[in-house]
Amino acid sequence: MTTTETERERAAGAATYVGRPVDRLDGRAKVTGEARFAAEHHYPDLAHAVLVHATVARGRITAIDPAAARTVPGVIDVLTHENAPPMKPPPAFSALDLSTFVSPTSVNYLATDEVHWSGQPVAVVVAETPEAARHAATLVRPAYQELPAVVDFAAEEPGAVPQKGNPLQPAAADKGDAAAALAAAPVKVDLRFTTPPYNHNAIEPHATVAVWDGDRLTVHEGTQNIAWTRKHLAMRFGVPERDVRVLSPYVGGGFGGKGMVWAGTLLAVLAARAVGRPVRLALSRAAVYHTVGGRTPSTQRVALGADAGGRLTAIVHTSVSRTGRAGGMAEPITAATRHLYAAPNIHLRQHVVQLDLLANSPMRAPGEAIGTFALESAMDELAWELGMDPVELRLRNEPERDPVGGQRLSRRLLREAYAEGAERFGWSGRDPRAGATRDGRWLVGMGMAAAYHPSLVLPASVSVRLGADGRVVVRCGMQEMGMGAATVQAQIAADELGVPLSSVRVEYGDSALPDAPGAGGSAQTASVAGGVLAACDKLKRSVLALARRAPGSPLRGRRPARVEARDGGLYHGTEGESYAAILARAGRDHVTAEVKPSMPLFMARTLLEHRRWMKAACGAHFCEVRVDRDTGEIRVSRWLGVFDVGRVINAKTAASQLRGGIVMGLGMALSEETLVDPRTGRIVNPGLADYHVPVHADVPRIDIHYLDEPDPRTPLGLVGIGEVSITGVAAAVANAVRHATGRRVLDLPITLDKVLPGQAPPP
Amino acid sequence: MKPFAYVKPADVDEAVLAVAADPGARFLGGGTNLVDLMREGIERPATVVDLTALPLDEVHDLPGGGLRIGALVRNSALAADRRVAARYPVLAQAILAGASAQLRNMATVGGNLLQRTRCPYFYDREAACNKREPGAGCDAFGGFNRSHAILGTSASCIATHPSDMCVALAALDAEVEARSVRGVRRIPIAGFHLPPGDTPHVETALAADELITAVELPPAPLAARSRYRKVRDRASYAFALVSVAAALEVRDGSVAGVRLALGGVATTPWRARQAERLLLGGPADEEAFLRAAEAELAPATVRPGNAFKAGLARATITATLRELATGEETA
Repeated sequence: MTTTETERERAAGAATYVGRPVDRLDGRAKVTGEARFAAEHHYPDLAHAVLVHATVARGRITAIDPAAARTVPGVIDVLTHENAPPMKPPPAFSALDLSTFVSPTSVNYLATDEVHWSGQPVAVVVAETPEAARHAATLVRPAYQELPAVVDFAAEEPGAVPQKGNPLQPAAADKGDAAAALAAAPVKVDLRFTTPPYNHNAIEPHATVAVWDGDRLTVHEGTQNIAWTRKHLAMRFGVPERDVRVLSPYVGGGFGGKGMVWAGTLLAVLAARAVGRPVRLALSRAAVYHTVGGRTPSTQRVALGADAGGRLTAIVHTSVSRTGRAGGMAEPITAATRHLYAAPNIHLRQHVVQLDLLANSPMRAPGEAIGTFALESAMDELAWELGMDPVELRLRNEPERDPVGGQRLSRRLLREAYAEGAERFGWSGRDPRAGATRDGRWLVGMGMAAAYHPSLVLPASVSVRLGADGRVVVRCGMQEMGMGAATVQAQIAADELGVPLSSVRVEYGDSALPDAPGAGGSAQTASVAGGVLAACDKLKRSVLALARRAPGSPLRGRRPARVEARDGGLYHGTEGESYAAILARAGRDHVTAEVKPSMPLFMARTLLEHRRWMKAACGAHFCEVRVDRDTGEIRVSRWLGVFDVGRVINAKTAASQLRGGIVMGLGMALSEETLVDPRTGRIVNPGLADYHVPVHADVPRIDIHYLDEPDPRTPLGLVGIGEVSITGVAAAVANAVRHATGRRVLDLPITLDKVLPGQAPPP
Repeated sequence: MKPFAYVKPADVDEAVLAVAADPGARFLGGGTNLVDLMREGIERPATVVDLTALPLDEVHDLPGGGLRIGALVRNSALAADRRVAARYPVLAQAILAGASAQLRNMATVGGNLLQRTRCPYFYDREAACNKREPGAGCDAFGGFNRSHAILGTSASCIATHPSDMCVALAALDAEVEARSVRGVRRIPIAGFHLPPGDTPHVETALAADELITAVELPPAPLAARSRYRKVRDRASYAFALVSVAAALEVRDGSVAGVRLALGGVATTPWRARQAERLLLGGPADEEAFLRAAEAELAPATVRPGNAFKAGLARATITATLRELATGEETA
């Protein structure tokens, strides 16, 4: 209760910087090239490493001859399972040590002759130049004894087994009797969807520079998970955690692909130890495909039953996803379906199949991104069945409490998002008939879908230092992947301490700083904000304590609750003084405050809170597509999103991040697809020429709007925005294509052959 | 990539001599394809003969309204040439539909003529490919073949010719001029690219020691009304699923002149002569366009992954001819 009131007051209070579209603080460094990314760190004597990848999906290495590679001038060493120094085996995931999350596979590289996927690193070549290493790597041609491999998802998915869930992400739900309600429903749809695998394509391919100084290790790395990467490396290489330093100030895009410790990182560190020199290992784009997991493919069934008025009576959503036999976590594909619509009968099941392929990896809204494609496509199809506007159908099924868990909704402005989106987009001008709107050679369609992603807050340690000169340094080992992490925390600290933004510096991206949670689950900004608020609060109390004890201070004896930070000092009404004056009188050069929340306590509280309140980001997508009447070419011509993401700290960086999620969703909807050859398990299109991410010409203007209402139960009313905007995107596109052409495409990506006139409609 | 020797001749004679003396040598133009292939270990030249100092980078008028295009003219420069835009818009459009601005700034006309297929199995040294390794088999037949050819295929290869520019050149009856120590010869574009047959690794009529020095475009008044339509999986920077280069002259409702060539569907830039024959002298209407397209595609051999291409090609041919006939714009 008190927390809530405090948050409300804080949220309602006059903020100088919070909410403003402040320019990102790292913008200049990035556009001038001054910002150095992991691969750009130079050391004297730096050597270069390149991976050799297995070319079979499953088997044993029967011979591996480094002789040819060793003859290449400049080659320093060729590491294989026959000569590499050992690493400790990777830990299995344990809820008791969440850092084990960053270990994506059970394969202990170069400590085994076993091959578990085509692309698994089986050797590392270290050379004086990257060119020599790359050439020599092509000369390492191991011989294999091939073993039968299971790699064909479409063939194997009927044999999938029930997925195990966890308290935060259950893999099943049953409420009422969905099968009976579906059978009895007067209006229903029952659809089967497929989504392909997707790969990570951050602008910065994964890179590591590893430097050993005796048994002390420094690693330059682009990672979303600095603290857990340090812990993992310490464990694998048998050194104390304090002797490992992970530096990751800039990450050139993560999206989940840099949230774990993949082969390149480990093998760079191993190679550096083996050759006794600093080593750089920068993955080629193809090597990213071979060693960094991507999004699972899926098959999904969504069946919806409704009464004639459009009220849902049954929701069935089942899914099959895949992991690798040697690692990967099953994704929560039906997760959003637990929360989006009210229905008396709900049946959710997630299944999983293990294949001899690289472990999957989180990718922006793992589960929800593809789950909402199926659910929101099915809702649209139900609207067609009912002859009802799809916005109206959603309004009629908006829940008052969480549909499965029954929790109260902390804050949920989906109704408002639908209304504002429809109004701004001009939805009412839409001719509801399919294929009725034309513009020259184009069939024009409009589609919409809901976006939904749960909100998560994790414990973050933060220290704040206030100098006698009024300058503030916020220290936190968080990561900046381009979302404006440092900028928004500087805005928050400036407001909390009542100092100009220009006096605040944020230090981040270093494991020597207080531990931050990884940038995942859309949790970083809200989590670190919680730490910054607590540390600033603690700092103000310390400073006030100095003043309250000081004879002659206007704050002497003042009660902390009535003192506010503003204008570079502390004030009680009009009485008060500057930080500089307080520190000077106390003879202090600076005051520092640090907060260090306990993980177990925090998690216990989170789970308890989760039972009472549903907290989430949500929103509504509206789009217009054009489909060529002859060729089926699809162009997205307009996009508008209205989001309820709690309080927005920085309207500029937030809009960029939400837009980015929509662009990534457009790729998912229309063109991206990892082709895994079902005969060999090899990725057939491991590069940007054949794996089609959207280009500029594919992306229309994207209008972003916020409802900007603080969440009463999160730090500063913040809700994470990293993932919500990709959810629902593919469905909005599919729904617009349905409106333009009359065709319901159930299989992503929606390529032109699936809507080509004259082709047989999909079965 | 495999280490190689590098030479940079100052004139054409020196260049052809360098290659005549060294069967393992390859010419380097813009490098946009060769260097990629060298990185992947598909091309492994002993010597790279860099042509970029050769004086072959100009476009000259020919008597009667034709053009002579130096082999080292960059793709972007050719597309920007006003004479090309006025007399052969199909060629400018084709070039601009290909690759990206950065690649077009590097790529040369000669190199574009020689670019190799983007079949992923050709690029993957672990896959079976008759083009890369004669007799090895073809993984595309039973694998992913959505991008593959339906015309001009053989039992050994279904790889698509990737060029946009060459499709326009095919429609324009271009001639390729080649030099070697044996002298100069001219190869009509129709005979320049070879269908795979039993020898998919032999892709052109060019001998290993011949250097392309120029491409000549004969005068073609009807090409002033011509168009290149490219259909692909995203709006830019993707190879064609289907492309159509077309020129059409309509007099009194009937076809007085027509040029038609297809890209993305064949193992070579595909001149649609069957369709042209059917169209010439007949009515310039939708039904005739469709019938001509169907006749051209009748010999198509499709596979599950690329079966849609026959319908897509039919639709794209028809739409492009309709646009030329009616003056309707391709927006």
